[in-house]
Amino acid sequence: MSNLTYLEAIREAIQEVMQKDENIFLIGEDIGLYGGSFGLTSGLFAEFGAERVRDTPISESVIIGTAVGSAITGMRPILEIMFSDFTGCGMDQIMNQAAKIRYMFGGKAKVPMVLRTATGGGAGFGPHHSQSLEAIFAHIPGLKVVMPSCPYDAKGLFISAVYDNNPVIFLEHKVLYKSKKYAQEVPKGIYTIPLGKGEIKRPGKDISIVATSYMVQKSLEAAEILQKDKQIDCEIIDLRTIKPLDIDIVLESVKKTGKLICVEEACSFGGFMGEVVAQVMEKGFDYLDAPAIRIASSNNPVPYSHILEEEMIPSVDKIKDRILSVLSKN
Amino acid sequence: MKENLLIKGKTTDLKEYKIADRFKDLEKSKKIEILKKMYQIRYFENEVEHFILKGEIYGTCHLYIGEEANAVGAISAIKHNDWIVSHHRGHGHCIAKDSDLNFMMSELIGKGNGYCKGKGGSMHIADMDKYNLGANGIVGGGMGIAVGAALTNKLKKNDGVVICFIGDASTNNGIFHESVNIASIWNLPLIYFCENNQYGMSTPIISSTNIEKISDRKASYGIVGLTIDGNNVVEVYNVVSHFAELCRKGKGPILIESLTYRWKGHSKHDSQIYRTKDEVERWKEYDPILRYKNHLIEENTVTAGEVLEIEKKVIEEIKNAADFAEKSAYPELKELETDVYAD
Repeated sequence: MSNLTYLEAIREAIQEVMQKDENIFLIGEDIGLYGGSFGLTSGLFAEFGAERVRDTPISESVIIGTAVGSAITGMRPILEIMFSDFTGCGMDQIMNQAAKIRYMFGGKAKVPMVLRTATGGGAGFGPHHSQSLEAIFAHIPGLKVVMPSCPYDAKGLFISAVYDNNPVIFLEHKVLYKSKKYAQEVPKGIYTIPLGKGEIKRPGKDISIVATSYMVQKSLEAAEILQKDKQIDCEIIDLRTIKPLDIDIVLESVKKTGKLICVEEACSFGGFMGEVVAQVMEKGFDYLDAPAIRIASSNNPVPYSHILEEEMIPSVDKIKDRILSVLSKN
Repeated sequence: MKENLLIKGKTTDLKEYKIADRFKDLEKSKKIEILKKMYQIRYFENEVEHFILKGEIYGTCHLYIGEEANAVGAISAIKHNDWIVSHHRGHGHCIAKDSDLNFMMSELIGKGNGYCKGKGGSMHIADMDKYNLGANGIVGGGMGIAVGAALTNKLKKNDGVVICFIGDASTNNGIFHESVNIASIWNLPLIYFCENNQYGMSTPIISSTNIEKISDRKASYGIVGLTIDGNNVVEVYNVVSHFAELCRKGKGPILIESLTYRWKGHSKHDSQIYRTKDEVERWKEYDPILRYKNHLIEENTVTAGEVLEIEKKVIEEIKNAADFAEKSAYPELKELETDVYAD
């Protein structure tokens, strides 16, 4: 057990699975000696060498395609796309090849690969390095989409993703990467957290808050403030994996609280939480005492200036205020 | 073999590559197998065309007639456990890679026992057991997958080679550059076999590409590239045998441009206003099957009578495949949402 940041926990997961399984290798831009844009793969090149930690040219299509081709022929590739925005350059390989091969081949192939990529804003990287694209990936049949919120989950979910026999999009929040604030005790050695199972990060009775990734941390902070200042007891549900989606954990919670707020960092229009709200409407309408609410980013590219970026992305204060407004109306 | 005047002068002088005539030493049975496979493709595609005319091909498909020497020559030159990646016009590669004709035909008319359970259709027939990673609905889409398969060979330290079949038009797709470049820096055992059938759908390659030979693109990657007569199965066989061996020794990748011609339209719906009947007829004079048949007769491998027997058997086989497909059941509706995810 050691106190690890989110980035360190993912690195440890990669290191441990690579030590165990010769078929696992890494591929991506600047991931070798340089250690990756965020330093996540630092040290792995020294330990595993250039054959298994493969630096590539700036060629997102072929990086992803190489992962697909090696996965269907017997390897378990882990590929890094430096920023999730860059997946656009290789989207054909994700949506038409990785995602569809199994179905198109009548179930006769499997594509065990993990596409790791840094997601989200809040770091001043501007419009091409800050998007939250999870809804796009989750929309495509054949992909699984994982969005860990903390180091312990990141490691366990990552190991599950590596051993999953499907293409998994693993979205790592860049603000969480090196944050000491969110560092956690993480066990050494292999452990797994199943894909498709959410977790209640904070039990509560007054309102259900569903969130993903960094928004889980912000929601937890908002919940603590509300508890202290207003004696409001929020239940925080971390979906952990958005596809497959654990809608049951949400329904169970709403049954108890009667109120639902979904928090996501992506733009609200067509955002993933629209799916969560729709499913709750379809399967748990009678549990609701108030309309389900989404808190999400405004519908514009992520701006550079920190003043504008902060205005766009849901903050602890905004989450807290929306919770209060939902409760005050009911 | 009759010289192809439409190709002559555009091909690379192969002398400098010291390519041995390995075809000459092939056993008679293998030479006949090559002919049989070419006939299978020809008659299979004719039958598919009948299905199109009868309205039984639901969506679209792309016929390989006229290009048979490419798939058969290249695939005959590698081992059964060498992977191939096919392209948009993939029926020929499947047949050359020993796919079952019955299940192929079933897939094309959307039956449940087809290769992909009716979920793929013409553009997605794959057969993992036969080391065939499938055709692709996206032009150029397979060029990353081929790199991955070749990388698997390298990482597992086996001597496998991968043939990535591509069309002329796909070499103007971005992934062509990404793929050949990465294969070249990693010296992957990968043959890019570019079937230049002169058109990307309706667009002539000469009007979409500013160089005379696609193989000249080798210069960008520091690799060997050459242009060959793709309607000459003996030449295709010898060239691919030669370079497959070099690839196995770590001297890949290779870019082969194989000049050929599709006799039929691009797909099910094609008025072919972009080319003349005369052009099609001129190319038909260099029918790859006729050329190969004459070659075998001239070198006394077979008699004209034996060839007729082979042809008759193939026609029977294809008829049976069509019957098999027609009599097969459509997929069960409960299959709709299966095979999306693996356990």
